[in-house]
Amino acid sequence: MTTQMRLQLDARVVSKARRLAERAAAPVVELARTHTTTSVERAVLRLAGLSGADAEGIPWVNRLADAVRADVGLEHGVALPVYDALATGDHADLAALAQKAAAGGVRFRIPQGREAARAASAARRAVGGGITRIDRSRRERDRLVRRLGDPPKPWIYLIVATGDIHEDIPQAQAAARAGADVIAVIRSTGQSLLDYVPEGATREGFAGTYATQENFRLMRAALDEVSRELGRYIRLTNYASGLCMPEIATLAGLERLDMMLNDCMYGIIFRDINPQRTFIDQRFSRQIHARAGIIINTGEDNYLTTADAVDAAHTVVVSQLLNERFGLEAGLEDWQLGLGHAFEINPGLPEQFRLELAHAQLVRELFPNAPLKYMPPTKHMTGNVFFGYLLDAFFNLAGVLTGQEIILVGMMTEGIVTPFLSDRDLALENVRYVRDACAGLAEDFVPAPDGFIATRARQVLGESVELLERIAADGLFEAIADGTFGITRRPSDGGRGLDGVVARADGYLNPASELLEGTPA
Amino acid sequence: MTEPRHVRPYGDTTGDGMVQVSFTLPVPPGPRAEAAAALFAQKMGLDPTFVVHAKGIGERFTFFVVYGRSAVILDLDEVQVIEREFPLLTAKEVNLEVRSRLKRRMVIVGATVGTDAHTVGLDAILNVKGFAGEKGLESYRELRVVNLGAQVDATELVRRAVDERADALLVSQVVTQRDAHLQHVREVAAALDAGWPAGAARPLLLVGGPRFDPSAAASMGADRVFTKGTTPREVASYLVHTLGLPAASGSHRRSARVSA
Repeated sequence: MTTQMRLQLDARVVSKARRLAERAAAPVVELARTHTTTSVERAVLRLAGLSGADAEGIPWVNRLADAVRADVGLEHGVALPVYDALATGDHADLAALAQKAAAGGVRFRIPQGREAARAASAARRAVGGGITRIDRSRRERDRLVRRLGDPPKPWIYLIVATGDIHEDIPQAQAAARAGADVIAVIRSTGQSLLDYVPEGATREGFAGTYATQENFRLMRAALDEVSRELGRYIRLTNYASGLCMPEIATLAGLERLDMMLNDCMYGIIFRDINPQRTFIDQRFSRQIHARAGIIINTGEDNYLTTADAVDAAHTVVVSQLLNERFGLEAGLEDWQLGLGHAFEINPGLPEQFRLELAHAQLVRELFPNAPLKYMPPTKHMTGNVFFGYLLDAFFNLAGVLTGQEIILVGMMTEGIVTPFLSDRDLALENVRYVRDACAGLAEDFVPAPDGFIATRARQVLGESVELLERIAADGLFEAIADGTFGITRRPSDGGRGLDGVVARADGYLNPASELLEGTPA
Repeated sequence: MTEPRHVRPYGDTTGDGMVQVSFTLPVPPGPRAEAAAALFAQKMGLDPTFVVHAKGIGERFTFFVVYGRSAVILDLDEVQVIEREFPLLTAKEVNLEVRSRLKRRMVIVGATVGTDAHTVGLDAILNVKGFAGEKGLESYRELRVVNLGAQVDATELVRRAVDERADALLVSQVVTQRDAHLQHVREVAAALDAGWPAGAARPLLLVGGPRFDPSAAASMGADRVFTKGTTPREVASYLVHTLGLPAASGSHRRSARVSA
């Protein structure tokens, strides 16, 4: 999609904003380059082919990483001690080693010299096998998109969440037949705070379905089936967030998920996950997404559910610029940056729709090559489903007018009940009507050069630059601790998961990072 | 003019009893589905019924909009409702009352409990930003807010409440699958019973969430339920009210600590 520039944004201001974002991100990137986490190390083990769980449902990757940590710490990564133990002990494979280690029957050490070189090369071979599987999934997606066809933009994004993967599947297929281009399976409440990824097909969840490798595989297969029936490739989305972000990104790459929610600050702000843990995990997960050809979705829409959508408009733009910076640094390309924003201004405010248009068009022009993800109203959805339906239509109109590329379908029962079958059908009818009735209307949308919309957009950009200046000067961790985003204060040594952060020692080995940071295959 | 005691729904004429409903039946679209919808509406007590809209959803379902006349006549004397029994105060009034009566800051500890990770309701009441144009309790000078965030274990919540010498616990619950919200509140109430020091005035247990029944507070071991749309001011006003202020109701168990 070619973006028409209509707001006369000052190119110097835009590039200043990007420079500031880069400066603000730099210390955080440095932290991520020099640290690892328990979940990053477990992701390495998953890439090396370790899967499954013990009788208590705790994955073998957790058992093995914990055993390594207890003996030698994680400062050198798991790869060296694990492949040293494999080479020197009598273990059939990784799984056998993990079982024995969990039972306390393995003593890990950090190999030196020739032994270290031997362990490193075995680890590189094994982890390289995982990366090859991710590459193969990506080629398979490319092939299917070519053969079946890519839906035209905007993609219609619909959520499924029953808690039972075997209920989700028919609902997802029905949604695709009714017009959905992207299916998101919402995760069970609380999964983000689990420090392990559950195993197997799951039939029970709270307000969502657990993200597991087997659930990913089942749903992707079901969508492949319906994609063939419909003659368009239906994309699958899940959530690479929470304490297991790197592992879930890895599973998504292996099982050919197409888009992943992956925000740089969401877990910090809304789930109280430790900021350092989040940024380290995030960088690795984005490197995986980059390699896997996965489009990330960022979560700026969430800020507006706690903060005021007018007052905090610039915090959305600042977060988008940071997400872009962190994403590009990790190797993502522009087409993989599904930057998020939302239609959340109080409908009781005069000129609400003009303000929404100003914000949406500003984001469109700031990120002309990113597939923006536009989120429907939630905060101002009341029990009045009739008004909610009207508001969703205005949201759809704003999306079409400003060329948003991924449009989440708004439900008139948002926040009231789990959507009825009929709610979803009515919502899709709403989107289809607006998209068809207003097809091409975007080309007629030319805000007056110094009118309300253009002026407001420039004002928000200006405020964004001011905030970025402050963040670049004070530090991003300080800004987050100060409640800059989503109003919530999150100190960098607070929240969950800090105990899983480890500084890398000299001689740290992570074969996955080596491959992901090297020249792309 | 006095309000009539007996009423019926109002469509466009007094006493016409007209209502509108929409629903989906697992019946393939067609004349049989529409007849089924009319019959269903009749069995709901609507007569006559008008199936004004029928649309297939996939091959197995049909969605309907139905108008009809309900025969129900409502006796307003039978209506039971819990009305707010305390005055709604401004932030300034709340601060003034707390300062003059409690003579220290009131301590409020909030969390979502158990598996529930949704802090949106909790943050709406506690965060400075607040909700519906009202600032949250953090912004009240005479209230000290400790927001523990998501998925706090019930015993941990009570332990923190003891440490902070809490006057009130705010428990927010959004997820309701298999009645998790009721279960989690009962866990907090039980933890309070088990973990609160003997002799000390127990803090209030306030519960908030979209799916709670306001009349069921006592059955969960809670003092008060706040439902969808509650604003920070309402919660703050209730807290002041329980101090026996400004109208000295004085009946609440917290009054022991106020006079101490």
